[in-house]
Amino acid sequence: MMGISAPSVPRVWRERIVKYRLLGSKCADCGKISYPPRRACPRCGSTNLKEISLPKRGKVLSYTVIRAPPRGYLKYSPYIIALIELENGARILAQLTDVNPDEVKSGMIVEAVFRRYREQGEDGIIEYGIKFRPPIT
Amino acid sequence: MISLEKVFVLGGGVTKIGEHWNKSLRDLFVEAALKAAENSNIELRDIEAVYVGNMSSGELQGQEHLGSLMATWLGIPGVAAVKVEAACASGGAVFHQAYLAVASGVYDCVLVGGVEKMTDAVVHDVTAALIMADDAEYTAFTGASFVGLNALVYRYYMEKYSVKQEDIALFSVHDHKYAANNPYAQYPFQVSLEKVLSSPLIADPIRLFECAPIGDGAAVLILCSERFAKERGIKPEVEVAASALATDTISLVDRDDLTTLAATVKAAKKAYKKAGVEPRDIDVMEVHDAFTILGVIHLEDLGFAEKGEGWRLVKEGEIEKDSKIPTNLSGGLKARGHPVGATGVYQVYEIYQQLTGTAPNQVGKAEVGLAQSVGGVGGTVVVNILRRVR
Repeated sequence: MMGISAPSVPRVWRERIVKYRLLGSKCADCGKISYPPRRACPRCGSTNLKEISLPKRGKVLSYTVIRAPPRGYLKYSPYIIALIELENGARILAQLTDVNPDEVKSGMIVEAVFRRYREQGEDGIIEYGIKFRPPIT
Repeated sequence: MISLEKVFVLGGGVTKIGEHWNKSLRDLFVEAALKAAENSNIELRDIEAVYVGNMSSGELQGQEHLGSLMATWLGIPGVAAVKVEAACASGGAVFHQAYLAVASGVYDCVLVGGVEKMTDAVVHDVTAALIMADDAEYTAFTGASFVGLNALVYRYYMEKYSVKQEDIALFSVHDHKYAANNPYAQYPFQVSLEKVLSSPLIADPIRLFECAPIGDGAAVLILCSERFAKERGIKPEVEVAASALATDTISLVDRDDLTTLAATVKAAKKAYKKAGVEPRDIDVMEVHDAFTILGVIHLEDLGFAEKGEGWRLVKEGEIEKDSKIPTNLSGGLKARGHPVGATGVYQVYEIYQQLTGTAPNQVGKAEVGLAQSVGGVGGTVVVNILRRVR
């Protein structure tokens, strides 16, 4: 199997800044804010975009519990995946952490936290990224 | 605008969908192709181009280059042949490309098929292959499964429109009812709503019996031009009235509205216009209900119900045979089955059957039929419309 679960150092390394610092882009023409940053706006096609730092708080728009995960994620199952709208309207898909599935509600406020996502087996490296949790700060 | 050649469907062939442990990717494709050629009264050597729809042969069989592979195994190396991939819409997309090939006037006789061989792999490898339909770096990275993405849509839809899961899950019961009478369906038996709602959770709120199954299958059609038909003295029964493909953002995060597939709305609008029809003119259709919620959303996006109201058509019997809009009389993705890259071709084959009066669940009157094929969470949608030749 190749794909996202295959061991690769450069694939993880080149994404580190965007993923660890939560960078996005804002379209100067239509105002759409996207994560990750783009060269062209996915809403209006403008190339007049500026890279911005995204807010670390948002609310859950929808969520699910993954009980039949893809290869590479089996040992973390079950885990919660949420579609989150950040305070400035940008949307991001991420895992929720430090919360039980039955405590999650649509509309709940969450904050970003730096966490381990997965390991690339015995040959690869550990991949980190942003998850979200109920706010404690 | 250049004028397009008329494109006819001469005939088709399909394999039963299921767990074909004794048949390989190429075995399935060749089996369907030989049936299609026979049913179309042509020789394989009449074919000028081969279009193979498939999503995951590289991932699940370690095999790419399906154009050359299938041309070789059909005994016609030398023809033009390519694989077409658009995730779960590969079947609809390959039909679109084959249609363009004949409509353009470049080829007079083409073979278009879809094939997927999923049961060679264990389930979490299939799950990993399917999430490749979305953004690998920002969606698959989170550990989301494809079921999970549709679960996000499902929950959002229920909360936005105050719809109950039992009303959406009815789509599964509907599909199984018709699959029971379909000789090539993967699951030809009926299920109760209670059984659907008590099946295991896969990605909350989606339960196992709300998901299209994993299966193997191939479907093949022969398309030809008016010139070819005349030369052979063939009177084709079915014409391609329109074939339209549209895309949307590949991931849900970029969408303003989570409860509509904008690509369906766009492709349907183009296809209705080209065919010169409106939703009320459609006599029978096959929609891409990979999950119950999608079936409901498609009824709305294709123009048969207002947003948030699609489930009512199912509950009130409006998508049954010989009702307002007969839908998924094959059994749909849930029960006919969903060998991913083949599904869109199965759908067109099923509409062809309805228009020629040969379907397992035949409607009374069928002049115009529609097939909708969806890739990813609506990143690609193809709408194909067929019309009976008068």
